[in-house]
Amino acid sequence: MTSGLLELHGITVSFDGFLALRDLNLSLQPGELRAVIGPNGAGKTTFLDVITGKVAPSEGDVLFKGRSLLGRPEHRIARLGIGRKFQSPRVFEQLTVRDNLALAVSRPKQPWTLLLGGLRSSQRDRVQHLMSIVNLQKRADWLAGSLSHGQKQWLEIAMLVGQDPDLLLVDEPVAGLTDEETDLTADLLKSLAGDHTVLVIEHDMEFIRRLDSPVTVLHQGHVLCEGTMDQVEVDPRVIEVYLGTTEEDSK
Amino acid sequence: MFEAFQQRRWALVILWVLIIAAIVAAPSVLPVFRLNLLGRFLALAIVALGIDLIWGFTGLLSLGQGIFFALGGYVAAMYLQLNSSGDLPNGIPEFFSLYGVDRLPAFWQPFHSPWFTLVAIWLVPAVLAAVLGNLVFRNRIKGVYFSILTQAALLVFFNFFNGQQKLINGTNGLKTDVTELFGQMVGSSEMQRGFFWVTAVMVILAWLSVRWVVRGRFGDVLIAIRDDEPRLRFAGYNPTLFKTIVFAIAGGLAGIGGALYTVQSGIVSPQYMTVPFSIEMVIWVAVGGRGTLVGAILGAVFINYAKSLVSEAMPQSWLFIQGGLFILVVTALPEGVIGWFQGDGPRNLLNRLGLSRRSGTYPRLELDGQEEIQP
Repeated sequence: MTSGLLELHGITVSFDGFLALRDLNLSLQPGELRAVIGPNGAGKTTFLDVITGKVAPSEGDVLFKGRSLLGRPEHRIARLGIGRKFQSPRVFEQLTVRDNLALAVSRPKQPWTLLLGGLRSSQRDRVQHLMSIVNLQKRADWLAGSLSHGQKQWLEIAMLVGQDPDLLLVDEPVAGLTDEETDLTADLLKSLAGDHTVLVIEHDMEFIRRLDSPVTVLHQGHVLCEGTMDQVEVDPRVIEVYLGTTEEDSK
Repeated sequence: MFEAFQQRRWALVILWVLIIAAIVAAPSVLPVFRLNLLGRFLALAIVALGIDLIWGFTGLLSLGQGIFFALGGYVAAMYLQLNSSGDLPNGIPEFFSLYGVDRLPAFWQPFHSPWFTLVAIWLVPAVLAAVLGNLVFRNRIKGVYFSILTQAALLVFFNFFNGQQKLINGTNGLKTDVTELFGQMVGSSEMQRGFFWVTAVMVILAWLSVRWVVRGRFGDVLIAIRDDEPRLRFAGYNPTLFKTIVFAIAGGLAGIGGALYTVQSGIVSPQYMTVPFSIEMVIWVAVGGRGTLVGAILGAVFINYAKSLVSEAMPQSWLFIQGGLFILVVTALPEGVIGWFQGDGPRNLLNRLGLSRRSGTYPRLELDGQEEIQP
């Protein structure tokens, strides 16, 4: 079990006594594409917060490439190779599309290197390439704040890929997208798996089905079950937490 | 869109030519009194550039820049006092005898050296800013809490300097106009002309260095901090480090401005660390235009010039005018005067007055419909 790229062991997160996550265990293999679903309040976003260092668990350990992530600040975890896309698109609205991507591909990310030198030509090519993947070349010199919602989602995904992380954590990438954009996003994420390990959190079941990946169901901060979409869908426990079984139903 | 951009570029170039021409012409046109005022205001413009860097670009509103300003002034004044007290009893500045001090306090010793002083003028405020800033930033204190802390720090420094008669002459401050430099009185017309030139050159140098900092990816990171700091952490950047650096730069600039202001006004005292003065500094930048470096310089110079002209004519009315200016900027010109010119301000005004044709095509129209998202 230690061969996983990411290992979560017995993670418990308590917010003033409320257990957002309790004894959560999860393992991701390199190159894997994994979907995480769960009803509202299941702890999906908290779970990403723990991995990326935003929230410290009260118990348990997070191992990435065999090293513990606990106690490391967010930017160091990001530099280790973990990228995160937020639920609502978060791009730097006062910067152009090109500059947003330039910040993502820059490395090292130290003040002195940013101050003293420009972008290397290989990095400039990479920015161009990323813009062509998400079809934003024509918007290169637009402020990111003037993009549409869908374009911001795509820009943020491009920024994530530009960071070249080993592990991509993608939180609700298709919220607010059209059906067509949703399908394209699913294909994009599938094409990223293999070279990268991708973990997707989503509500949209059609989208999860299209990803065609193993699914982990979270419920009340705990892993309820794992399996393929087809297996999970018929699991009575999953149906119960999603649709609810009240006493009136059982009568 | 590109043509408009070019026009704005030219407008900026012309503005700079005018500014430099005005600075070069000033010594031969203005009487020494007015020239001296202009020199002081240019010194304040250096402080304003620092505030623009941390506030306009990085989003850190500091209400405590007076600390660093005054420190630069004290460093310069301490050297000048020592430089002119060789013939006095005990060889120490005169004010010490008022308080029965007959030995120079140890921390004055290094200020015998002109080189040490030249470095300390910017290094002491910069290091203090870096230490204070880092303590605040590493604890992720932001926004209005940061502003309140800087103002509290300002009060602490004000009270400390005000009470230390035996160390730095307390509330009376240190005089520089009757001290000597290069065998001349600092307050003499020739020296004041010289300081004007030094200040003018320093403003240009400060402008060039701040511009260098905010251009390129370093400046992009600053804007990203202003936009969404937590997001930047997840992109692998350490905002604390960047904020500490720019706060230190702003502190160093304030120190340089403070030293140049002190030698041109003839005294440094704890009055430089009062709360209203540090808030005024912020107003110069707000009125001139946050995020536009020319705006910070022009804001500092013009508001202070207006202040001195209005105060000469109608002594009581300046505070009302200043308050009115600030309200006007906050409500009508949130980007400041220069920001308004650089943005869509002039075109919107012409449109509103019915003096220009509205642009025929919606600028995005030509692109819409041709794009579809393809992976």
